[in-house]
Amino acid sequence: MSPARRSVVAVERVGPYRLVRLRRGGLEPGIPGQFFMLRTPGRVLPRPFSLCLARPGELGFLVEPVGPGTRALCALAPGDEVDVLGPLGNGFRLDVERPLLVGGGIGVAPFPYLSERLGGPPAVLGFRSPHHAEAAALVPNAEVVLEPTYVTERLEPGFDVLACGPEPMLAAVRRLAPAAQLAWEAPMACGFGACYGCAVEVEGRLTRLCVEGPVLGGRGGRSAAAPAGRAAA
Amino acid sequence: MILNASGCLDALVAPAVARSLDAVVTKTVTPLPREGNAPVRIAETEAGMLNSIGLANPGIDRFLAETLPQLLELGPPVWVSVGGFSADEYARSCARLEGTGAAAIELNLSCPNVAAPGDEAAAIVAAARAATAKPLYAKLSPALPDVAAVATAAAEAGADGLSLVNTIRGLALDPATLRPRLATAVGGLSGPSLRPVALAAVYACFRATELPIVGMGGVETGRHALELIAAGASAVALGTVLFADPGAPGRIRSELAAEAAAHGFAAPQGARGAAHRSGSALVAAEANAGREASRRLRLKV
Repeated sequence: MSPARRSVVAVERVGPYRLVRLRRGGLEPGIPGQFFMLRTPGRVLPRPFSLCLARPGELGFLVEPVGPGTRALCALAPGDEVDVLGPLGNGFRLDVERPLLVGGGIGVAPFPYLSERLGGPPAVLGFRSPHHAEAAALVPNAEVVLEPTYVTERLEPGFDVLACGPEPMLAAVRRLAPAAQLAWEAPMACGFGACYGCAVEVEGRLTRLCVEGPVLGGRGGRSAAAPAGRAAA
Repeated sequence: MILNASGCLDALVAPAVARSLDAVVTKTVTPLPREGNAPVRIAETEAGMLNSIGLANPGIDRFLAETLPQLLELGPPVWVSVGGFSADEYARSCARLEGTGAAAIELNLSCPNVAAPGDEAAAIVAAARAATAKPLYAKLSPALPDVAAVATAAAEAGADGLSLVNTIRGLALDPATLRPRLATAVGGLSGPSLRPVALAAVYACFRATELPIVGMGGVETGRHALELIAAGASAVALGTVLFADPGAPGRIRSELAAEAAAHGFAAPQGARGAAHRSGSALVAAEANAGREASRRLRLKV
């Protein structure tokens, strides 16, 4: 179990985000919702990112430059190298009858790959500005809502909801769709159960998100509360 | 010999990593279950990381019934890290490890994220010594005013070895809000920042005692491991580096062998204490061989 060194194919602007495209080599893309730990040279710790795109020969990650680690990733140039470990954790269950993808902000990151695997289901994506909403172009069949409208105002009954986004959005989605599969985030140092840093509350007890998640819910009434703060600064 | 630092590996979740080590050190186990501290628990710093996990563990009952038997099946020797809030608590946990397959006990006398034990380190070692015949390692904080004096007291109280070092307290603030990034505000600093601190503690304790020393603190390469050995470590443990590179044990083992050879040592152990000796590395190696022999006699290992 070692990280693989992979070179950068390209780093593309997607609104305020960057699509970091890496050579895949022999790495498996995994199940949508699973994540990879990415480390740029010079950083002590890697950062967790769900896979955004699984084009042939590539692994694509949508990154928001919000801290030193994510800014270093976004500043990479073609040919630069990144250490990649994954896929890790538990992804979305794909055996759903009427999928609806519900996401907000950088939480749309796993949806392009998830949409591909589910055959292009409908999606409702919320953003804080038209600039941020440029990321919706990566997701087929997406309805975009902008603040102050929230994605939960567009939820209709009868769908199998698969959601990813900020903690208040996930909590609101769960109130409307208790069986929804929710992808949570938490700060992580390792991604494979060693650091105990990514503790979240599940069914009233603190547990490691990387081991039990990051996708929770829709499995026997599990509930989760995400920690404050950004997972991947 | 390469181990993991306590709390830096869940051997049951990552058995391949565990099998790449010469011994597996458990996360600290306390008499009662502990859920650990509230999130946020970790933060990267410029040259290290802070953690405030708070000794999350299932408690000694469940550890003995469920965790330890599975750990022992992995293969490598298992060192059990024991924590508590009084000498009596440590002693009772040590007594319960008698008759198990645990290869050694590491007394965590230095967690920066929970209240310090009410008793002095030497009193805890003495109580543990009376409770177990297993090899006892005292894990000390580098923040002690005189770590060598505490190491000497631990040796006199019956410790068989030292684990140096635990993390030291640090604080990181969110640049936007100027509020602490960890929920507990202060956490334990590890990684490259800790390396010179660990070297100094190992250096001081090697001069003060004849105990074997498991050196740890910011080791990322074979050269870092060799430096700890030269300062006085007889084994090296990996912590933060495992988070970023779970393949580190194998890599560092081969780098260490190459670094030692480049310095004229047939094996890494030959470099032990080299930082304390004048003259060539070869002279140091020969002097060290004699020292090791007398130490083995004394400890009957």
